[in-house]
Formats: sequence, C-alpha cells, structure tokens
Amino acid sequence: MSNITINIDGREIQTEEGEFILNAARANDIFIPAICYLTRCSPTLACRLCLVEADGKQVYACNAKAKDGMNVTTSTETIETERRAIMEVYDVNHPLECGVCDQSGECELQNYTLEMGVDSQSYAIKDVDRKDKDWGHIHYNPGLCIVCERCVTVCKDMIGDNALKTVSRNADTIDNEFKEGMPKDAYAMWNKLNKSLIGLTSGEEMLDCTSCGECAAVCPVGALVDTHFIYKSNAWELHQVPATCGHCSAGCQITYDVKHTSIENSDDKIYRVMNEWNYVSLCGAGRYGYDYDNKVEAKDEAAFANAIEAFKKADTIAFTSTITNEEAMILQSLKEKFGYKLVNEEAKAFQTFLKNYSEISGTSLYGSDLTQTHAADFIVSLGTALKSDNPNARYAFNNAISMNKGAGLYFHPLKDPIIDGIGKNVMSIAHAPLAEEAVLYLLLDLFADKSKLPASVVEYIASFHSEKTVTVEETIKEKVTEIVKVKKVNEETGEEEEVEEEKTSMVPKKISKDVQVDENRLLEIVDAPKNFTESLEKFLAKKESFSLIVGPDLYTHPNAKNLARLVALLEKYSAFKLVMIPSLTNTLGVALICDLDDARGTYTVGYNTKGDFTLSALGNGDLDMPALNQQEGTLTSIDKRVNPTNAAVGYKGYELNDIANALGISTKLTVDYTLKLPTYKGFKAELFDNLPNRYENDGTEVRGYLLDIIANEPSADESVEAITDDKLDGSIIYLANPVRQFSEFTNKSANLTEKSGLYMSESYLKTSNFNEGDTVRVKTQNGEFTTKIISDNKIEGEIATLPTFDSNLNSQALFSGYRFSTATIQGV
Amino acid sequence: MSNIEQFKNRNVSEEYFLVDIEDYPTDGWGKFKRVVKRTFQGELFVGLWVVLREMIKFDIHTVQYPKEKMPIGPRYRAVHEMKRLWESGTERCIGCGLCEKICISDCIRMETKIDENSRKEVSEYSINLGRCIFCGYCAEVCPELAITHGGRYENASEQRAHFVMYEDMLTPIDMLKAGQQQEFEGFGAITPHEDERVKKTPLAY
Repeated sequence: MSNITINIDGREIQTEEGEFILNAARANDIFIPAICYLTRCSPTLACRLCLVEADGKQVYACNAKAKDGMNVTTSTETIETERRAIMEVYDVNHPLECGVCDQSGECELQNYTLEMGVDSQSYAIKDVDRKDKDWGHIHYNPGLCIVCERCVTVCKDMIGDNALKTVSRNADTIDNEFKEGMPKDAYAMWNKLNKSLIGLTSGEEMLDCTSCGECAAVCPVGALVDTHFIYKSNAWELHQVPATCGHCSAGCQITYDVKHTSIENSDDKIYRVMNEWNYVSLCGAGRYGYDYDNKVEAKDEAAFANAIEAFKKADTIAFTSTITNEEAMILQSLKEKFGYKLVNEEAKAFQTFLKNYSEISGTSLYGSDLTQTHAADFIVSLGTALKSDNPNARYAFNNAISMNKGAGLYFHPLKDPIIDGIGKNVMSIAHAPLAEEAVLYLLLDLFADKSKLPASVVEYIASFHSEKTVTVEETIKEKVTEIVKVKKVNEETGEEEEVEEEKTSMVPKKISKDVQVDENRLLEIVDAPKNFTESLEKFLAKKESFSLIVGPDLYTHPNAKNLARLVALLEKYSAFKLVMIPSLTNTLGVALICDLDDARGTYTVGYNTKGDFTLSALGNGDLDMPALNQQEGTLTSIDKRVNPTNAAVGYKGYELNDIANALGISTKLTVDYTLKLPTYKGFKAELFDNLPNRYENDGTEVRGYLLDIIANEPSADESVEAITDDKLDGSIIYLANPVRQFSEFTNKSANLTEKSGLYMSESYLKTSNFNEGDTVRVKTQNGEFTTKIISDNKIEGEIATLPTFDSNLNSQALFSGYRFSTATIQGV
Repeated sequence: MSNIEQFKNRNVSEEYFLVDIEDYPTDGWGKFKRVVKRTFQGELFVGLWVVLREMIKFDIHTVQYPKEKMPIGPRYRAVHEMKRLWESGTERCIGCGLCEKICISDCIRMETKIDENSRKEVSEYSINLGRCIFCGYCAEVCPELAITHGGRYENASEQRAHFVMYEDMLTPIDMLKAGQQQEFEGFGAITPHEDERVKKTPLAY
C-alpha cells in the first residue's frame, strides 16, 4: 500500500493505493451520498447513489479504487438527475408511517429524500402484500424495507453468520414507459429493488444465528427493529451515554440510550444500546444485555458498618475481573496498606502466562491487536472457543477472511459450525484436549524461521519428520480415439442415415505411483485432516499479513508455562502478529494492576464472588455495589487500550471507594485513581475526564489511550519442553458459555434467555441415548452435580460444554483449572 | 438635518387639538378654592343619577356569569382535548411523541407500546397543567390533528390533574356520533383549499 494523492471536487487529498473513493472522501470529510455501503464490508451496489465522475467516467465511489492523480467530481447535472430519480424510486409505495416508525427520524431514506429535494413523484408500481415478520429477537417489516442489503452484507462480511439473504418479492414488472423515460442507473437500481426482499437463509420462522442484532443496527430505515425496542421510545427522547461494554475483553465502544423510566418514575432507564457500526460491531450480550444495573434505593448503613468490620477481620479479598481499573487500583492500595491477599484465579493464570511469555519475548504484552487482525490475510486461532470467548475476535477472524481474500486455521477440540460456515478458506482442526503444545510446535515447524529458532527446538521438531514411501493414485487424462456411429440427415436425399465418425476424447485414467514424501508426525498428533498440507499450500498463496489469536484454554493448561514460551517463540521468530484473549472483561487490567496471590486465607471478603462477607454488584451479597453500567472508570481491552466508561443509570448505595475511605485511604472519587494507575506497567498518568471515547470519520479509534509496552531484558534461555503424552479419556466436558453469555451479569439480563445446563451438540445427542431436557448427573474427579441437557446447534462433535454464567450451577468446581475435563455423564 | 423637523412635529392631523386644562393651583389659597368648588358643585349626584336611570330602564348588558357564558373564539387556547376519527371513532393520536418533544414547558409525557394488532398504542398520556403555558405548540405540531385546545377555561378543582385524564380529554363517543366533535381552527389546523395545493402521487391501480 502506497500513499497517493487524488483530487475530489478541487481538493487534494491523501489516501492509500487501492482505497475506495468513497472511503477516501469520507476520511477527508467530503460528502458523497451512499446508503448501501458499510465500511469494512464489501460494496453491494444496491443503491447506486454514490455515483461520481472519476477522470470523466461515471463510476460508483463505493467500489472504484483510487488511483494516483485521479480527478473526482462528486456532483454533475446527470448525477444529480440520477440521484433524484433513485430517491423517487425508493419513495414509491413507502408507507408514510414516519410518525410511528421506530427509526423516528434517524432515517436515511428521510434524510436523502430531503437532501435530493424530492417534492413530487413520477414513478408508480402496484405494491405487493408485504406482511410483518417476527423473527425472534428481530422484527422485520418488509413494507419499510428498501432492500439496501446492509443487513445481509454485515451478517456475511462482518459477523459471519450468513443468516440473511435476499428473497424474491414476486412483484409486477416495471412499466416499459418508465424504462425508456427514466435515468439509466435509477432504472437498474429499481429493477433490482423490485425483485427482492430480505429473508432468512435457513427456515422461515425464526432467525437461526448468534443473535447479535447488528442487522437491526445497520438498517437505514425502520424495517429491522430489535423486538424488545418496538414502540418503546422515539430516538430523539433518548440521551446517549458513551461507554465501554462491560461483558467481555473486547471493550467495544457503545452508547447506552437512556430516558426516564415512566411518567411517574423519572429515574433513568436504559432503553437500548447503540454502536458506531461502521467501525465497531457488537455481539448479542453487548447489544441486549444492558439491564444488569444493581437497583439500590438508599445507603444501607448497617450493612456498610458490617462491611467495615469484615474488612478489619479479613486477610483475603477474592474478586472477579468484572471490575474497573480504578477498583482494581483500590484493591491494590488496600493490599499495600493492610496486607490483604488478593485472590482472582483467572486473572492470576493470565498474569502468570504473560510473565512467562515476556521472559522470551522481551515485552510485557503481546504485540498485536484486533485492528491488525481485521487487516490480516492469514489467521490462526488456538486455544479459544472464539465465538463465545470474544465475539469481536471472531468478527475479526471472519472479516479478514471474507474481505482480504484471507484464509484461516482454527485449532480447537470443540467443533464449531459457525467457524466452518465462514467459508472454504477456513480449516478447523479438532485436536484432542491437551494437544495445544503439539499445535504450537506444528506452527513453529510450518511458519517459524528455522535459521533463528534455537537449535534444540529445530532439532526437536525435526525428530517428528520422516521420509516415507507412499503409493499415490493419480488421475491423468488419456487421449482415446474411437469410431462411433452417428445418425445424420443426408443433405442430398433428405433422409436419415447412419454414418461412421472418428471421435477423440479425453478419458480420465487412474494410475498408481510410488512417491517419497515427508511425513510430519505432528500432523497426526493434532489430528489434522488428511488434506492438511495441500490445503495449507493453497491457503498460503499470496499471503502477506499473518495473525495469531490465542485464548484462555492456554492460560490454565497444566503446561501453561511451556505454552507461554512456545507462543513467545512463535511471535518472535515467525511473521505472526500475536493477540491474546483475556478471559474476562478486565482480566488484562487486573493482571497488570494487582499483585495476585494463589490461595485464600482464613477470612475472605468476596467482591462479586462468594466470600465470608460478600460485596456484590449483582444484588445478592451482604453489601450492594454498583454494576459496570452504573460506574465511571476505565476498562483495559484486548487491544491493550484503556477505555473510559460512564455511568448510564443512577446508583444510590455505597461503592468500593467509600469502604477504602472508611478504612483510611482517602480519595474523593473512584476516578481519581485513573491518574494513579501504575505507569511502570504501561498505564499513563491521565485524568479520567481527559479520556476521549469516539471514532474519527476515517475509522481512527480515539478512545482512552493505548498501554505502553514495557520492554524487559529477554532471557537468554529459550528452551522449551517436549510434548507430553497426557490425554483425557472418556467423555469430555468443556467450560464454555453459549454465545451472548459471559457472566452472572449477562445472566441477569431479561433479554438474554439462554438456559444453564449441559450443552450438547445435536449429533452428540443422536449418538448418545440422551434427549434434550433430560436430567443428568455430571461427575468429575473434583465433584458432581445434576443438571438438564440443552441441545445446541452452534456446536458440533462429542464434547459437551458447561457454562460459567450461572453461579447456581458452579461449573468451575468440576474442573481443576484446565477448561477440559474427563467426566461421566449419567441419566438420573 | 432639516428632515428631522418632520419627526418632531407631532401634529399628525389638523383635527387634533390640545385640551384646555386649567393650570394647577400652586399656592395654598388656590388649592382651598378648588376643594370648595368641587365639594359644592354636586358632581357626586350626577353619577348617582346615571345609575338610577339605567336601573329603571331594565336594559342590562352584563353577562350573568356563571349562569351565562360568552361564546369563545374557535382559536382560543384553553384545556386540551383529544379528538377521534370521524369515520371509525378510534383515537386519532398515533403516539408519535411530537407534542412531547415540542412542549416548551416540558409538561407532556407519554408511554407507548405495541398492542395486540401490532400497532403502536399510547398506554399512558399526561399533561401537567401546573406547568402548561397554553402556548398551543402541541396542537400546531400534531400531524393527526389529534391534540387540540378546547374552550374550557375554568381551571378550578381540587386537583389540576382532574382536567387532563386522557379519557376526559378524549371526545366522548356519543358526542362524536351526534356529530358534536368540534374541529380546532387554530394553528396547525388544515388551511382552506389544501387539496388544490397538493400534487398527487401517481398510483398504479
């Protein structure tokens, strides 16, 4: 990519070679009308409004690439006529229901109709019956739909569900009179529009997807609406609170849209969550799981006094990572002053992993982020159930593969139809649990620069290779000549007669050949499919930018230390750019801020987790705390960015800072700690109020600040351990949530209705003698419980999953750290 | 500068004349003389005579409020009314929320939801008359001519809220059937000859 200069309407602007004219214009605040184009997705050419003149030729700005020295005119008389005709066509048969439409003025059809000055209608066509459709969490009103296909595009190119498609409208053909009289592009656009509507890819009734709601967010009109929001509020009444989503480590920028609860109750309530869909895509938890605020009417002084007593008695504070950086800082200050043990297993595992990683890499943090993953063209994911651990990492995986002509490898024991559905350029390798080390060795073998790798590692990898003679069956085409009898009409007599003709044809023929091949036993260990080597060769053609995503399976792996070192070697000696998925919302922040301990002491204060005295933002503890949507503060995301979040709804109780104040660490506001976050760990001494939270027109993320990566002296010892032969036998269970669930907070949301239980794939249910809804006893060496079986068509294979979002189930108790475990599942 | 003189001349018409007013007395004797003169002139009885004369004529113009009331102008802006559709009798209000938005004293609130026919339904509607300044913006902005001002100007009750129960504002169905619903003619009402000014959208039927 090289920088070039193009001229739009007399303005010289800088852009990159190969960038679309529309994106270049938008990045420089030049307005070109367009409805159907979505940044980061492929151009659909449905609306044709972005018609411009480039070097005297009419092109569509959304799919015409900028060339050096190009002259672009955004508006000529012909273009204006086309645009006005296009808007008139969009207005044909569009109901004038603006007064009750849920888009309530945030409507691009309205905006462009006014922009193009449409004050009269020249076209008409008989309307077809277009009935409303209730697709579960999304409501579709085809009457309002202008078939810009943004929903279809975002679902395919960004989300990767492919749940929507265009279906036939069954309309009359357009009157010929119009065809001759109207502008060319407007007619072409109408012709396409008149043939299609939006429908479901599978089935007729319900959306079968990961329920992210992005389709409704990108809808320019009120055709697709979140079912929970129908006729609840007008857009203009809602006050937008910029925030950061508090459900996973992606740290998506969102706005909570709030207004008064009811006529009588003036307290703010969240009505919906919005996002800048051109630059950030949300998952279902972020979009619908907003109502997890802890409603507290007044300060409970007795409970507060008890809490202070408990803190005086306690020697341990146990907590989860669903807290802000500032709260983590308060806990760390408490530890420094009173010597509490800070216990958070999951953050501790990540902290240790990072520490082991940095010994070889020489940097405190992994080098890449999801933005670079979006731009990559070869992506490998390892050790994470991508779609539920971090939906945004999955979107990046899908987006890079569909937009950059990319390819990907997905290493995970749990088969995922969503990942397989991305396309032919993704290969899933369902290795056995505990084989993650072998996968990393394989990746080192395939991608690392062997001249730089430590000799012992190269030698070890070579020990897996062997020469083998195999008999290959090859199909070649052979020329065969035969004489066939053909019936032909004799031209002279006019009669049919048989003639002999010579015919040559290519006939495929199978031959056997003995070939010397290199056999890589690592492929066998990771259960790679037979065609792995050939497919990979195809995948790697013309690839330039490599990205590696590793996830939480590795952090709690029995050989986590070795894995961390292997990951560091891979990042150091191969082209891969590395990103790690922190397990929970602010695991990265907690791992950086707090000195964590291994075990609890005699008396524990729990924060959002059970303790002898429990502080809880879930409302089920001894003292209430504010939830993440009721707090100001910062959250550290997977992109190593410290993002500010704001309080969307009110909170009248005590917060952690009140306890710290009562214990003698005097700070007026929780956000005063933002300035005090440890700079030697990479944080910056920035005031909370100075942190921005927005995207620029060219997509630049101007949010909070990026953590500094602290360089440390890498250890000279780059040795890694060999693969162990450990295996899990019998039925295997995996600790993973269904999509849209992350924690007890998402579980609290009324819109997220996933049930807790033992999730089994449909194929697993068929082969076992269980049915959906059966009560089963799940037993491991660590314990047992009974639960119900839930059928899940978003997983495949014979590994059942147990969710962590329901604390009543207490799934973690069955596992000893590692996310996989052997278990017996018995019917009750 | 000569032009300025014409503005200084306040004799707009030659028919204007200055009233001949006696100079005010300046000394004590002058004031005493004026008091004596006014006291014994009998002007008091002139007034009494006029009242007596009008009383025995029995030609009274006073409106006997509250027994009698003056007709109120159609554009008068008193307590709000909610209108119904003439044809079906259903409420005109579609719950668009424009009155709530435009209200400059922020006294209108409504709650909406989806009803069993998948239509937008106004489930609660309230006007805080304690804050309402009767500016008429709500009636002007209403796209359905649903909220209007009525002529009921008597705002005395135990509670102000008594005037703005949604059910009370709505035209009673029997009045509608009897053709007694009055259209508001104030701002926001349809102007005469509207049909002639609208360019019709072509239809393919």
